[in-house]
Amino acid sequence: MAKVPIQFTLNGSEKAEFVESGATLLNALRDKVGDTSPKGGCHQGTCGACSVIIDGELRLSCLTLAETCSGAAIITTAGLAEGGVLHPLQRAFLDAFASQCGFCTPGMIMAAKALLDHTPDPSREDVVEALSGNICRCTGYEPIIQAVLTAARSNSQNVA
Amino acid sequence: MAIRRGRGVAAINYPTGMNLGGDPTQALVHSTPTGNFMVTLSSVDLGQGMKQIMAQICAETIGVPTDRVVVDTADTDTGPHCMGTFASRGTHRAGNAVIQAAREARQVMLEVAAEELEVDARDLETDGQGNILVKGAPQKSISIFDVALSAHFKRGRSISGRGMFLIPRSYPEKETGAMKPSTCYAHACTVAEVEVDDETGEVTVLTVKNIFEIGRALNPKMVEQQLVGGSWMGISHALYETTEPYYPSRDHGGTDFNQYLMPGPGDLADTEIIVLERPSADGPYGAKGPGEMCANPQIPAVANAIFDAVGVRVDTLPITPERILRALKAEGTV
Repeated sequence: MAKVPIQFTLNGSEKAEFVESGATLLNALRDKVGDTSPKGGCHQGTCGACSVIIDGELRLSCLTLAETCSGAAIITTAGLAEGGVLHPLQRAFLDAFASQCGFCTPGMIMAAKALLDHTPDPSREDVVEALSGNICRCTGYEPIIQAVLTAARSNSQNVA
Repeated sequence: MAIRRGRGVAAINYPTGMNLGGDPTQALVHSTPTGNFMVTLSSVDLGQGMKQIMAQICAETIGVPTDRVVVDTADTDTGPHCMGTFASRGTHRAGNAVIQAAREARQVMLEVAAEELEVDARDLETDGQGNILVKGAPQKSISIFDVALSAHFKRGRSISGRGMFLIPRSYPEKETGAMKPSTCYAHACTVAEVEVDDETGEVTVLTVKNIFEIGRALNPKMVEQQLVGGSWMGISHALYETTEPYYPSRDHGGTDFNQYLMPGPGDLADTEIIVLERPSADGPYGAKGPGEMCANPQIPAVANAIFDAVGVRVDTLPITPERILRALKAEGTV
C-alpha cells in the first residue's frame, strides 16, 4: 500500500514521516516518531490513555488518522517538561502520589492540561468531568483529582 | 418508592502470601566497584512500589542511603526464584529474602573494612551515610566507596549475599483438616454508608471509613496510596465489576475491557483511611502485606449497608441494581 507523507509539529519540533494510509496518529507517534508517551490501552477510544492535544483540543490519538494531522500542532506529555523542569501538572502528580502503575498517567495529564488551558481555575466538578474519559485501575482517582486542583492553584499563584 | 439510607460494617483477617506447596522468594545482593548495592530479584514491580520498598529494606540492612541501592527486577529467566507479586506477598516474602542477602553482604563489607582499618569487624558500625566507623572512635573510619574499591581491586572479595525466604508447605491434619496456610495476617475494618433507590435498585456509596492494620508501614505515603486505590477497588468489586454482566447467554457478554464496568472519577465515595501499625513478628522490619488485602472489607460492608437500607441480602457479586430489584421482588416488599 502506498505510504502517505505527513508533516506536523510535535511539541514544537517539525516532524515529517511516511505513514501507511489509514495508520492512526497513535501508531505514527509511537512507531515512527518515537514518542511513546501516548499509550495504547483499548485502541477503541474508551480508555483515554492515548490522549494528545491537537491544535489546542484534546484528542484520542488511537481514533485519529495520522494523515489528517498534516500541518497540525501536536502536544504530548513528553513535551511538557522544559529544560529538565517538570510542568506544574507533572510536579503535582508526583507530589500527590497520583500515579501508580503509570499507564494512564500521560493521558490523564493531557486531559488535565486541556482543561487548565481553557479553564485555569476549575471546580472539582470541572476536573471530574474532564477526567471522566480516562480510566485508571490503581489510584481510585481521588489523588489524580487532587493533583489537578493543586496544579491549577499553583498556576494561578504564578500568574498573580 | 424512596431513596433509603443504610450503614454496614465488616472486618477481615487477611493472610500475607499463600501456601500451595511452599511459598519461596530468593534474592541476591552485590556491590558495584564504587560501593553502590544491587538487589537482584524476579519479583515484579507492577506499580505497587516493589523497587522502592526493596531498596529501603536493603539500604536499612546494609547501612547506606536508599539512593545507593539499585533494584533489578527485570528477568524471571535469569533472576533468583520468586513465586510472584500477588497475594499481598511481595513486601513480606521478598523483603525477608533481601534482609538475609543484605546481612551477608554487610558482613563481607565489614570484614574488608576491618582489614583496611586493621581492627576487628565486630567493632565496626555504619553511619547510614555511606561510611564505616570504629565504635566509640568515629574519627577512625572508611567510606563504603573505598571499601568497595579495596574489595574489588586489592583484596579480591565479592561484597555480596544470598537471601532465601520460604514459608514451607503446610499439610492439613488428617483428623481435623486444620492447617496453617499463612504465618502473618493483616486486618481491616470498613464502615460503609449507602443510599439505595428501591425503585431503580441503584446504589450510591456515600462514605467509606477504613481502618487497616498492616504491620509497619515501611513507606507511609505509598501505603496510603495503595489503601486509597484499594478502597475504591473494593467498592468496584462490590457493585460494578463482572465479566458476565448480561444474560441469558454468554453471547451477550462483554468481549473486552470496554464493557467491563468500573466506577469513574464521578462515582467516588467520600473515603477515609486510618492506618494502625502493629509490627509483625516474621515480617521485614515488621511489615505485613497491605496489597490485595485492602480491597476486601468494602465488599461485605457495602452488602451489609444495602441490607440495612432495604432489607435484602444479595449474596452474588456484583450487587447490581437488577439483583437488588429481584431480591426486593422476592421479599414482596415492592
